[in-house]
Amino acid sequence: MNITLGHYLTLGAILFALSVTGIFLNRKNIIVILMAIELMLLAVNMNFVAFSHYLNDIQGQVFVFFILTVAAAESAIGLAILVLLFRNRSTIHVDELNTLKG
Amino acid sequence: MAPLFMSPHLNIHLLLLAALAPLVGAFLVGLWGTSLGGNVLGRRASHCLAILGVFVSFVLSAWTLWVVSTTGERYEETLYSWMQIGSLNMEVGFLIDGLSSLMMCVVTFVSLMVHIYTMGYMEEDEGYNRFFAYISLFTFAMLMLVMSNNLLQLFFGWEGVGLVSYLLIGFWFNKPSAVFANMKAFLVNRVGDFGFILGIGLIVAYTGSLNYTEIFAKSTELTALVLPGTHWSLLSVVCICLFVGAMGKSAQFPLHVWLPDSMEGPTPISALIHAATMVTAGIFMVSRLSPYFELSDTALNLVLVVGAITALFMGFLGIIQNDIKRVVAYSTLSQLGYMTVALGVSAYPIAIFHLMTHAFFKALLFLAAGSVIMGVHHNQDIRYMGGLKKYMPITWITSLVGSLALIGTPFFSGFYSKDSIIEAVFASDLPGSGFAKWAVMMGVFVTAFYSFRMYFLVFHGQERYHLLPHAEGDAHAHEEAHGETHKPHESPWVVTLPLVLLAIPSVFIGYLSIQGVLYSDLLSGAIMVISDHHPVMHELASEFESPMAMAMAAFTSLPFALALLGVLSAYYCYMVNPRVPQWFSQKLSLVVDVLEHKYYMDWFNEQVLARLTRGVGRFLWREGDQRVIDGYLVNGSWQAMAYVSSRIKPLQTGYLYHYALAMIVGVFLLMTWFVWIKP
Repeated sequence: MNITLGHYLTLGAILFALSVTGIFLNRKNIIVILMAIELMLLAVNMNFVAFSHYLNDIQGQVFVFFILTVAAAESAIGLAILVLLFRNRSTIHVDELNTLKG
Repeated sequence: MAPLFMSPHLNIHLLLLAALAPLVGAFLVGLWGTSLGGNVLGRRASHCLAILGVFVSFVLSAWTLWVVSTTGERYEETLYSWMQIGSLNMEVGFLIDGLSSLMMCVVTFVSLMVHIYTMGYMEEDEGYNRFFAYISLFTFAMLMLVMSNNLLQLFFGWEGVGLVSYLLIGFWFNKPSAVFANMKAFLVNRVGDFGFILGIGLIVAYTGSLNYTEIFAKSTELTALVLPGTHWSLLSVVCICLFVGAMGKSAQFPLHVWLPDSMEGPTPISALIHAATMVTAGIFMVSRLSPYFELSDTALNLVLVVGAITALFMGFLGIIQNDIKRVVAYSTLSQLGYMTVALGVSAYPIAIFHLMTHAFFKALLFLAAGSVIMGVHHNQDIRYMGGLKKYMPITWITSLVGSLALIGTPFFSGFYSKDSIIEAVFASDLPGSGFAKWAVMMGVFVTAFYSFRMYFLVFHGQERYHLLPHAEGDAHAHEEAHGETHKPHESPWVVTLPLVLLAIPSVFIGYLSIQGVLYSDLLSGAIMVISDHHPVMHELASEFESPMAMAMAAFTSLPFALALLGVLSAYYCYMVNPRVPQWFSQKLSLVVDVLEHKYYMDWFNEQVLARLTRGVGRFLWREGDQRVIDGYLVNGSWQAMAYVSSRIKPLQTGYLYHYALAMIVGVFLLMTWFVWIKP
């Protein structure tokens, strides 16, 4: 079986759909939401790498490095916020964090 | 300064000085003579400054009149461009010709007399300096009005004198009646000014200019036009609007109601503002705009009829008044009516002539009335005067002169102007002149009757001043505190000097100037009369021989007989047989009732117009303001917002995953739109 671009894109789409589902279905833990967001970024990276390979364009892979860097920084900040949140509210349970409500 | 005077040419420096000298006086006295600037100037410094300003102005005005009348020079120049809107120039400028220089002289002379008189009359008043500031400011505004070369500056002066009039009627602002009276004057004048500004607006709209020379040049172009949407001649509408302004300022029926009440102000301003100068501004304005009024017979007819109504019916009211100032006030209304009648029959120079003579003798009568009021310790009721002749000889003789001039005794100034008006009405063939003839003739009798009724009651007969009920005791208590008797006394020289100085022109000015004012070129440059249509002035000029012949001929004429009859019946009713007026008031109680209620004009204004206006106001307040604006717009908008947001608030759950879902759905929808639907 020959592996085509379509396979890679399908893998990316599945990863993306998994992470979206993860955000919605998760009712327990805000850390899971962060992980789902990381997974979304990886799905995007997958698409970039696949396109880069098949179009013979190195720019897509350069982009992936940037996204990885930003994702690392983002999860560091997200976890820091999470620690602060836990200190203040003594919980990271998603259903209890609804102070954004109007 | 001397070389400037010597040159027989008008120049801008002297004219500007004439107009601004009173303003400088008013400014200095008003700022530093009152508590505003810390009372730096004392009374003496204040009246010296104010009088100096007006004196300078008077000298320059007299010089201006002399130059204009001898050389026939006409000065017109724009001094300052205030602003420009599109092609419309708003400017300050002077137009000096016979009309304006004559007015300048009258205004500054009477003003100077009143300034001097005020030193005596207001001596004990706390607002002494404030009063001087006001009357100097008035002189400035009046000069700007008459010297103007455009409608805007005329309007500025017009409102300026109106403002000072308002301030001075309410000069004693602790007196509720004075505050009421100045409010009334203000409101009635707003009605008039509304018409005036509409007229100015129409002129600007159709000629695109405010300058007299430019708008007069286009007057004939307007004759063919009609007001859009109607069949009314544009020129008639313009003239009627302007005349409504004149009606307000010159207190013509039915906008006359404010003038009698304005007597709440101090007497000097009644003489200056509400008799001699400001109220004649309407007459001046119509004369100045004669090139427009000449072209509209409709407007002239209205002017004539309104003037005739005012001349006669306001005279009737003078008969039953007991307040000395109100008698003179109604007499002023009646005489303003005469001037308006003269305007109506296109005899503008005669109106200006009567304006001038009237300014002298009516200022005299008012100042004499003020002197009488001072003499009898601030009582104004002529029923409690009488026999003042021997106590106040100068006031007596000058009042007699003023009254004789007012009723038109031959050789006195009032005779020449009033008789000319009557002749002009009889020479006119306007449709309204039939009524006007009758009215001005009756008016002569009525004028003589009320003038001499007042004269006899005040200066002759029994002394009744001690009969005054002690109800208004504060004036008496005040006098008693000074340890004075109740006997009337003659006024100080600062009061009698203006009386004498005004009495002189009241006698002679008519005889001396009738030829110069009416039948020479002095006013012909300023006033336009179309002789083909309105031949009145032309006919009068052809009949006129000399002032002497005119006076001699008058002895056999009807007006003289009527005036004599008026004096004799006043003598009989109030000196010989006082039962006659009582009998009349009993038998004709209905008529007297109507007269005492001033034809129910005040009642009508209060009960109908004011109530209607208040009703409309209340409706707009309740329905428009409270319900629509406050209810629907202001409160309604936030209530609508609150309702809508209370409905969509449940969408904001506060859960992150709901927001994320919304974003995803949004992205999905947008992508659907861009990928499938949009192409």
